Amino acid sequence: MSHSAFPLTRFRDYALLFVSWTAAGLIVFFFLWIVADVLWSGLPSLSWSFLTTTPEDAGRSGGISSIIIATLMILAVCLVVALPLALGSAIYLAEFMRQDGRAVSVIRRSLDVLAGVPSIVIGLFGNAFFAIALGMGFSILSGGLTLACMVLPILIRMTEEGLRSLPQSVRLNCAALGLSKWTMIFSVLLPAAMPAIAAGLILGIGRAIAETAALIFTSGYVDRMPESIMDSGRALSVHIYDLSMNVPGGDQNAYASATVLVLMLLMINFTVMLISRKYKPQQE
Amino acid sequence: MWLSRRDYWLKAALTVIAWSSAFIVLVIIAFLISESIPAIQQEGIAAFFGDRAWYPAEGEFNLTPMLWGTLFVCAGAVVITVPLGIVSAVFIHYFAPSFIRVPYRRMIELLAGIPSVVYGFWGVVVLVPMILTFSPPGTSLLAGIIVLTLMTLPTIALAADQSISSVRRHYEPVAAALAFSRATLVLQVILPAAKGGLVTGSILQTARALGETMAVLMVCGNVVQIPQNLFEPMRALTANIALEMAYAMDVHRSALFVSGLLLMILVSFLVLISDRVERSSHVS
Repeated sequence: MSHSAFPLTRFRDYALLFVSWTAAGLIVFFFLWIVADVLWSGLPSLSWSFLTTTPEDAGRSGGISSIIIATLMILAVCLVVALPLALGSAIYLAEFMRQDGRAVSVIRRSLDVLAGVPSIVIGLFGNAFFAIALGMGFSILSGGLTLACMVLPILIRMTEEGLRSLPQSVRLNCAALGLSKWTMIFSVLLPAAMPAIAAGLILGIGRAIAETAALIFTSGYVDRMPESIMDSGRALSVHIYDLSMNVPGGDQNAYASATVLVLMLLMINFTVMLISRKYKPQQE
Repeated sequence: MWLSRRDYWLKAALTVIAWSSAFIVLVIIAFLISESIPAIQQEGIAAFFGDRAWYPAEGEFNLTPMLWGTLFVCAGAVVITVPLGIVSAVFIHYFAPSFIRVPYRRMIELLAGIPSVVYGFWGVVVLVPMILTFSPPGTSLLAGIIVLTLMTLPTIALAADQSISSVRRHYEPVAAALAFSRATLVLQVILPAAKGGLVTGSILQTARALGETMAVLMVCGNVVQIPQNLFEPMRALTANIALEMAYAMDVHRSALFVSGLLLMILVSFLVLISDRVERSSHVS
């Protein structure tokens, strides 16, 4: 229903009109301020060599190639672990459980709590568990596993919602054809839910590369080029933090790194948008 | 649906996967507790609230100034962000012309994806110097509140947007038949109807603000004290962990896990409350 069905008649209608336009204006103003500030100061120092050389002088000069590689490696570890776990859990929750049962609510509740755990606390846990108890040390492996704990609940939720949004008739048709659960899940349901899964995956990637606090004490600070996943590697977000807080004179490269991070996230957002726009009409 | 042998194994495997995902949160809690025990045994729980101050090197572990710091900065942000987020959603639904609505919503989605370290960086290079000009030292409770507000605003705006969407179709026809004006519709029909979603969203945002690390770490100045006014520096619990974890040993390290455990308890409590609110609002 269009909002023009509801007329503006009394004083309070105009008061609300004024308040809501002011609030929206304020939000737009701050958005433009932040994004413009970062891009304005960061874009000029972006160059091919910035992306392809290693940091020098604690990051004041040189580029961020080793940082980007480390970020991608952390992300890869995170996804390799989180994705199968998330798919498995979501399939179990959506297709194998009685929805009103106690077990479903226990699993879902604990995933909700996991989703709410502050990232610094996950970082503490990652440090104590992966880095020390399991002896992985400050490494890309520890960092990636810690991040996997963080993005798991998002991935599960998106996949589960994707599966759940498929009409019940699909499942009934599969049953009528005498298909096994296995065939139904892997040949019918998962392909149909793929857009939702992809959107969830990309959202999880966004969350993972934005993360800082969980990585400081798990994947560490070392800004050399990592040679294996057992090396320590500095993520892009940690690099920005370190340059702006601990390195006097690091602001310019911090701006450039923040620009790279923001551009990466804009691309990710844009991809999610394309995927969900492309597939939504078919689902309904 | 009958289960073939392969389905049987599939179900068994998925059961294990789903329960291990749910189990992660327990492992996290177990590790936080076991790492906290040395400090609690040696100092006693009372020490964390009754010691002279936070001087870990001298065995003084009073967490209260930082607990207050966290609560102040979080309360300040939530008090601004909740009404602003709700008004922004009202704007989207009831006041924005359609050519503004779509890009505005997209902008909010983009804002939600910007990493906290970028907000923090903007705070360091733009906001703090601005506050410095009229009230040194610039790094302050106020800076923390502003950055945290900007960070949490998009998520709460999106949540409010969604809960309003979900009730509109239900109530608008009747309201139109009764010739309600727009403000009456919004303030007396739609917002009360959407209350469940709005409350859950706000609680989850409070949890997120409590656990936020990078933004408060970068702009609050990190002086351990209870801030007496908006312009004084302060240190949040999360920032304390991030700052001291790098060199903390023995009891000190264990004391940091105590503060992590404290955060975890606060946050899980909020998440479980919001779960309960959500379920009770579905029933009614």
